Amino acid sequence: MGRKLLLEHINVPGIETFDVYRSKGGYDTVAKALKMTTDEVVEEVKKSGLRGRGGAGFPTGMKWSFLAKPEGRARYLVCNADESEPGTFKDRYLMTYIPHLLIEGMIISSYALGAKVSYIYVRGEMMPQIRILEKAIAEAKAKGFLGKNILGSGYDLELYVQPGGGAYICGEETALLESLEGKRGNPRIKPPFPAIAGLWGCPTVVNNVESIAAVVPIIRDGGDEYSKIGIGRSTGTKLISASGNINKPGIYEIELGVSVEDFIYSDEYCGGIANGKRLKAVVAGGSSVPILPANLITKTIKNEARLMSYESLSDGGFATGTMMGSGGFIVFDEDQCIVRNTWNFTRFYHHESCGQCSPCREGTGWMEKVLHRLEYGHGKLSDMDLLVDVSKKIEGNTICPLGDAAAWPVASAIRHFRDEFEWHVTNGAEAVTRNFGLAHYADPLPVLEPAAQ
Amino acid sequence: MLRVEDTQGQVEFSAALITKFDDVVSRYPEGKQKAGLLPILHLVQAEFGWVSPQAMDKIAEYLDIQHVEVYEVATFYSMYLLKPQGKYFLEVCRTGPCCLNGAEKLMGYIEQKLGVKEGEVTADGLFSWRGVECLAACGFAPVLQIGPEYTFYENLTPEKVDKLIADLTAQTKN
Ligand SMILES: Cc1cc2nc3c(=O)[nH]c(=O)nc-3n(C[C@H](O)[C@H](O)[C@H](O)COP(=O)(O)O)c2cc1C
Ligand code: SF4
Ligand code: FES
Repeated sequence: MGRKLLLEHINVPGIETFDVYRSKGGYDTVAKALKMTTDEVVEEVKKSGLRGRGGAGFPTGMKWSFLAKPEGRARYLVCNADESEPGTFKDRYLMTYIPHLLIEGMIISSYALGAKVSYIYVRGEMMPQIRILEKAIAEAKAKGFLGKNILGSGYDLELYVQPGGGAYICGEETALLESLEGKRGNPRIKPPFPAIAGLWGCPTVVNNVESIAAVVPIIRDGGDEYSKIGIGRSTGTKLISASGNINKPGIYEIELGVSVEDFIYSDEYCGGIANGKRLKAVVAGGSSVPILPANLITKTIKNEARLMSYESLSDGGFATGTMMGSGGFIVFDEDQCIVRNTWNFTRFYHHESCGQCSPCREGTGWMEKVLHRLEYGHGKLSDMDLLVDVSKKIEGNTICPLGDAAAWPVASAIRHFRDEFEWHVTNGAEAVTRNFGLAHYADPLPVLEPAAQ
Repeated sequence: MLRVEDTQGQVEFSAALITKFDDVVSRYPEGKQKAGLLPILHLVQAEFGWVSPQAMDKIAEYLDIQHVEVYEVATFYSMYLLKPQGKYFLEVCRTGPCCLNGAEKLMGYIEQKLGVKEGEVTADGLFSWRGVECLAACGFAPVLQIGPEYTFYENLTPEKVDKLIADLTAQTKN
């Protein structure tokens, strides 16, 4: 059993209430942090090696140390609870079942950053979670952990929950800030980065729910202790949202570094592929990351076991690897159609493009159209090259990374599953009635010959 | 671009609703009241079932911003309904991970069961439905939500949908 830092008490009855949470040592870190200097708190987070859990994996302590501190200007901490990346559902879970963990994390993180007002931006569809958080905030405030002069320290903090309006793009941090200001969620051109000019032009840190929650065990146990968990630069624990064709879909807290094979097949985690079927493919980190066939997700191209860590998942680069992303682990069995899924994801990105940059706005629509005709058996053999070409024209040519997020799934699906796309063209009539199946996607990897000297 | 449906008639905001607006606006610094726009649109939609152009104009007046600033926000975000829907608006997740567990079939079932296409309202005014994007519950697929409280229904089957629709219908008749 791996260590649980975030979900340790998740099954304690009543843990969503202040009193039960407090009885389990909850809010102890507030008193501890308030006795430290703000720099000392930041230093612990740096030492922990914590990397942002929202998708990009940027070191949290480093991000905090970039925050500008001009005299006489407000600074803000904004928690990103927009969770909309297909395959990702961990933040909703944390907020539903252990809301005080996020509140506690917000208090100590806000203190470290010198924020006197902080916001949790929650996707609008999560109205039940908004109510839960508002109740938890009221409880914490009644007990003196929020509001004026917290625990007699002289530190004041107000914490508010802000609903979004339903738009995936508002998970991108600058779109989120625009949205929080009451505008359309159009990502901003960077620089300036939020650390310099964020919410209402003031220095701002945006962090994911899970990142902020992880600050609690980091301050409780110390950054060094936290950094001992995990492997290499992938420190600590990570929440993985597991979905698709597995026996036990759900949220798992893993110590970074467990093997992918263990994660999929052991009873501690996903419990294997559902209905006795075989594994065909995995999208390991949310819909934006490259899809890998069965043989490449469990082994790297060097034939080493692939691990659930930032480095191992990306081993092999885009040619044979993928990314940790937000930890949305989507499992496909042998009956699933990769062409259909790629079309579905692309339709999603087209729908969610904010429309500011033409490569993203037009490119996603074009790819959707081409994938639709491939899925329904009217495609051409040249369509695959066309798709790769369009995806390359989007990648790197847009204001925000949504363009890349839309391009990668298409490029990787064609890279690894080209046979299946071609079959949709050459067997158009059959492709609408049955799937290509597992094909050779689980075959052992070829043993690489050492390169000739 | 979505078209804003026009309607006749005026919209009145009750004192209770305005008190809620005031509470929202108190969360932001002086002069930044526009930040209250998204929460206020939700409050209005919960009260009236949708956001009409008249309601948007009134919101603009309340927040002291241009009318167009409200329209551009209301049309950008998918949650704001620019025309009335059924009393119960079933929003079914249609994104990839849910499709691995039968979301498309489920939408077909709902369409057939209610006898209306996506976005249309049943004759009794009770139900409408649409496909929406990932609702961050992919491990409990397939899922749907019903506003204004956005109650969640997980691991759906045709039987569960039958029961849900029967329960909601009975609830209205009593
Ligand atoms: C299109 C897009 C969607 C995103 N969605 C989310 C999201 O739902 N939640 C999140 O925390 N980060 C999301 N991000 C990443 C944020 O921009 C940002 O990197 C993150 O919130 C920073 O927090 P972290 O450092 O704690 O991970 C998204 C990024 C992009 C480009
Ligand atoms: S890449 Fe797409 S979503 Fe991002 S700013 Fe450009 S158009 Fe908008
Ligand atoms: S794909 Fe349906 S909830 Fe995520």
